[in-house]
Amino acid sequence: MSAIGLVWPNLGRKPVRTVLTLMSLLVAFVLFTYLRAIAVAFTSGGFGEAGIDRLVVSPKYSIIDPLPVNHQRSIATVPGVEAVTHADWFGGIYQEPRNFFPKFPVDPEGYFSIYSERVIAPEQLAAFRDTRTGAVVSAGLAERFGWKIGDRIPIEGDIYPKRDGSRLWEFDLVGIYRGQPDDPDPGVFLFQYDYFDEARQFGHGGVGWFIVRVGNPEKAAEIASAIDAMFENSINATRTATEDDSQREFAKQFGNIGLITTGILGAVFFTILLLTANTMAQALRDRIPELAVLKTFGFTDGTVGSLVLAEAILLCVAGGALGIGLAAGVQGFLSVYLEPVIGPIAVDWPIIAQGLALAVLLGAIVGLVPAFSAWRLTIVDALRERQA
Amino acid sequence: MPIVSLKEVAKSYRKGREVIDVLDGIDLDIEEGDFLALMGPSGSGKTTLLNLIGGLDNPTEGSVVVGGQTLGDLSGKGLARWRSRNIGFVFQFYNLLPVLNALRNVELPLLLTNLSGAQRRKNAQTALTIVGLGDRASHKPGELSGGQQQRVAIARAIVADPALLVCDEPTGDLDRETAEEILDLLGILNREHGKTVIMVTHDPKAADHASHILHLDKGQLVEQAA
Repeated sequence: MSAIGLVWPNLGRKPVRTVLTLMSLLVAFVLFTYLRAIAVAFTSGGFGEAGIDRLVVSPKYSIIDPLPVNHQRSIATVPGVEAVTHADWFGGIYQEPRNFFPKFPVDPEGYFSIYSERVIAPEQLAAFRDTRTGAVVSAGLAERFGWKIGDRIPIEGDIYPKRDGSRLWEFDLVGIYRGQPDDPDPGVFLFQYDYFDEARQFGHGGVGWFIVRVGNPEKAAEIASAIDAMFENSINATRTATEDDSQREFAKQFGNIGLITTGILGAVFFTILLLTANTMAQALRDRIPELAVLKTFGFTDGTVGSLVLAEAILLCVAGGALGIGLAAGVQGFLSVYLEPVIGPIAVDWPIIAQGLALAVLLGAIVGLVPAFSAWRLTIVDALRERQA
Repeated sequence: MPIVSLKEVAKSYRKGREVIDVLDGIDLDIEEGDFLALMGPSGSGKTTLLNLIGGLDNPTEGSVVVGGQTLGDLSGKGLARWRSRNIGFVFQFYNLLPVLNALRNVELPLLLTNLSGAQRRKNAQTALTIVGLGDRASHKPGELSGGQQQRVAIARAIVADPALLVCDEPTGDLDRETAEEILDLLGILNREHGKTVIMVTHDPKAADHASHILHLDKGQLVEQAA
């Protein structure tokens, strides 16, 4: 045992108090880890498979304004454009709202031609093309919901009712595609645009966005400007950006995520700071005679103060490490729901390092006053209190 | 040469605007190997005198010399280091750390030395054996009786082999039989191990174990009995 070895046993002095404090810290640091991971995912763009040779052409003013599908022919004429396809946001609910995943009506062959990193068996792609109500899903989605080819998947159209007023859209699963091994699962449900456009009650001939493959990525900016210039004076003006920038712009639609997460974390950690500081103050009050006795043995004021400070830091780091570890261990849970929307969510080393640094800082703040009190404690006064 | 020498020692405290004189003009020499009992009514200054001898407090006036060291010459850190090498403390309420077992409690004062971990544990075990608790090393204070806890506290006081033991009401929280055992142990440490013992007590029967008794009243030595 060393002098610093006194710190750990002291945390076991009041097990219930220590466990409750650790639980509070654990919850705070789980929240910290997740919110940081989400904020990083939002701000970095960071979609693993965002192609450098792809541009996204969106409505200039609002993502809910559709673009006419016949823009596709015009875009295809822009020099440097190799291929164009389109997609739309269907919305839709599968069984219940928490089963969220993006659902896009697309042109089957055009879509898989441009997203060449998404691999689908040729016969499944042919079935997708030839089946009016056909749909294909990523392997991750199929696994998540236990779907297999041949299944009929009902989706409630919360945005788009059908012509007959029904909101029930039924799709036949005809294929399962995979992303690249190192990329996150795309998590997207794809179905035929032609079927969708014919069957929907309104919005005919409109699409949400176009995806453009360019021959030379170095000319992407130039091509994007040319596309936007083409529709500048149209009521359907466009805004064209690289896929990565486009995804980042999409994420901004949710607001200033950095500010929101900072605000939430600030409130959480202020509360935790008060709770932990109270715990440390109580722990100090319980041990005043013992600290005085340490001083009688020759422990200096600085050593005794440092022991109390180290105890606060150890408590916070232990709680922080538990919280970060738990968050990292179950990050897959979060990814399932959010990755399709905001891209890959990872509890990576920078976030872990930030969390641990925050835990040390929190410990230092909550331990400072008790440590100063312990440092200033006079032996005679402390022992007199014990005898009183 | 006395192991403890006090010259014209006075101690006063300030309580708000009021100045309380606790000790006044104390001259005292204690010889090495003595077993001294300090007696007196509550508030007479016994514990204050013990604290001055143990280097826990500083006199307002006068000088305290222990083992040839003038305590007033030492800084706070120097005084702490001096205490760790020269004084063993025994308190009425034992003041053991409840989260550490007996061996580790006894080992505490040795953490400030350069001894290896193994040597520290060996010395602590020896001290526990001296006080008759060699077989209770792994017990935590809560698993020991009051008398056993005080024995552990005494082992902790002697583990660094100090020349002087200062004991503040060491039997004040014990029943008569256990108190006698503790006093016998202090006597053995005094006679067989050569420790000088200074003990504050209210209890005349406890004081009977000492070789000298000093009475304090209103901050002054009023009587010396052999």
